[in-house]
Amino acid sequence: MNAAPKRDSYDVVVIGAGPAGLAAAATAAEAGLSTLLLDENAGPGGQVWRAIASTPVTERSYLGADYWTGASLVDEVRSGGAEIIQRATVWSLDRNLEIGVSVGGASSFVKARRVILATGALERPFPIPGWTLPGVMSAGAAQTMLKSSGLVPDGKTVIAGQGPLLWLLAAQILRLGGRIDRILDTTERRNYLSALPHAFAFLTSRYFAKGLAMMREVRAKVPVVTGVSELAAAGDGQLATVTYAAGGRRETIPAELLLLHQGVVPNVNLAMAAGIEHRWDDRQLCWSPVLDPDGNTSVQGIAIAGDGAGIGGAEAAVVRGRIAARAAVDALAPAAAGKLAPMATLRASLAKAERGRAFLDTLFRPAPQFRIPSGDTIVCRCEEVTARDILDAVAIGATGPNQLKAYRRTGMGPCQGRLCGLTVTELMAQARGKTAQEIGYYRLRSPVKPITLAELAAMPKTETDVSAVVRG
Amino acid sequence: MFKRSAQDDRRPVHIVVDGVAVEAREGDTVSAALLASGRDVRRATAVSGAPRLPYCMMGVCFDCLVTIDGVGNRQGCLVPVAEGMQIDIQKGKREIGR
Repeated sequence: MNAAPKRDSYDVVVIGAGPAGLAAAATAAEAGLSTLLLDENAGPGGQVWRAIASTPVTERSYLGADYWTGASLVDEVRSGGAEIIQRATVWSLDRNLEIGVSVGGASSFVKARRVILATGALERPFPIPGWTLPGVMSAGAAQTMLKSSGLVPDGKTVIAGQGPLLWLLAAQILRLGGRIDRILDTTERRNYLSALPHAFAFLTSRYFAKGLAMMREVRAKVPVVTGVSELAAAGDGQLATVTYAAGGRRETIPAELLLLHQGVVPNVNLAMAAGIEHRWDDRQLCWSPVLDPDGNTSVQGIAIAGDGAGIGGAEAAVVRGRIAARAAVDALAPAAAGKLAPMATLRASLAKAERGRAFLDTLFRPAPQFRIPSGDTIVCRCEEVTARDILDAVAIGATGPNQLKAYRRTGMGPCQGRLCGLTVTELMAQARGKTAQEIGYYRLRSPVKPITLAELAAMPKTETDVSAVVRG
Repeated sequence: MFKRSAQDDRRPVHIVVDGVAVEAREGDTVSAALLASGRDVRRATAVSGAPRLPYCMMGVCFDCLVTIDGVGNRQGCLVPVAEGMQIDIQKGKREIGR
């Protein structure tokens, strides 16, 4: 499970073992293609099914039925023919479909005839005053600890933000005996009205009844404040208080832990570094890759499936994974495609899984003040650059995220813009009176995850590689 | 800040944090074990020395950077604990060789 790839080339390499990656790998392997599944975590499942093969939370109702649906897909992949490597960090992918991967401290390159990127989503940055203080974490972080280590908050805990994951996390914490003192709901009241045109599709989707039941479960146990329009964390080297405003009323409450969440966005780093074209998505307020209906990108041979293709949720991710893999089979081994589910069936399942998404996107569209900070609120956590620093740089000529690097080093720290990129784009767009699409994003490059120079230097070299750089 | 669920019956794993023995559980990541330990495990950033704890726990924020068995700047949230693992909380920036 933790050894270097057995071969130096594969028909299909799938990157990421969440819902989309597992489905893609299972499908490609079922058709007899040589398939490699690379995943950064200790076990399969991605974030939504995190630790599904190892969670200490054995009471199944605690994590909920949707969590456990992942188990059968993990079994399907493990009993199929795909080679699976966990704790494999992919740090490079290029137009030649060559993949740089680090396993156990040593790197190698593997070639693929088709690459399916299933690198999923990450939580949208939530840049409020004090969000870098110890004791402020993302809701997803708390959920990761809950699923993989059975850890729950036990001090004064506040959850703030909006979206389905927030309510699911709250319900899970309460079921496991954890503590939540207050939930601060930042959903804008006007969103209820703008989401109305999409309500029918949502009401007839499976999200509706589930979401309602979960919110009822949580509200019975935790005070919920709605219409929160301002939010700040404070403390001296450690979170001590959370201040919020709602409906013209302002309050400061003591807190040891603040969990933030305002939705998820595609994790674009590897795809962008591979040169795949992305566009600004005005409804989901993030960068999404330009894809054909099979998930194929602007780079020949690379497809994207799952939330990395635009947020659609786990059920849609599984179907997108199967569609991308089926398209790879159609291209590489058409004779073997007969045993797979027909494309028309998959597309119908996808439409069903995506039902209700427009409603969720509109209702849980994060408010501008929580996306575009001001003053001395930190935007770039790594290089500790504030909103004011960025506006000052714009005032003296910084035109976009890439110029800004030269002024302030934003996005040049170890996270490579993952926690500041969207904020920088939107902040600069607002300051310059441009659209996010016009402002653009950081030019991302490999390595997309840090590896040591020693590891890079120890990689196998051909004679041509050496003669290209050695003189005389 | 966090407590372990009563359902958790995983085997104990012993690690050493800044020279002090800490009990973790099999399958914990380094970051989860540190947060569960109840100890002050705040690192200090390389830029200003500001105190930080992990933010995302999924490998994207790099606020969990920690020295593991002598190797600096490891992402503690991606590395599972192992018996006898030596963890050092990072204060400020790394130096060459550590």
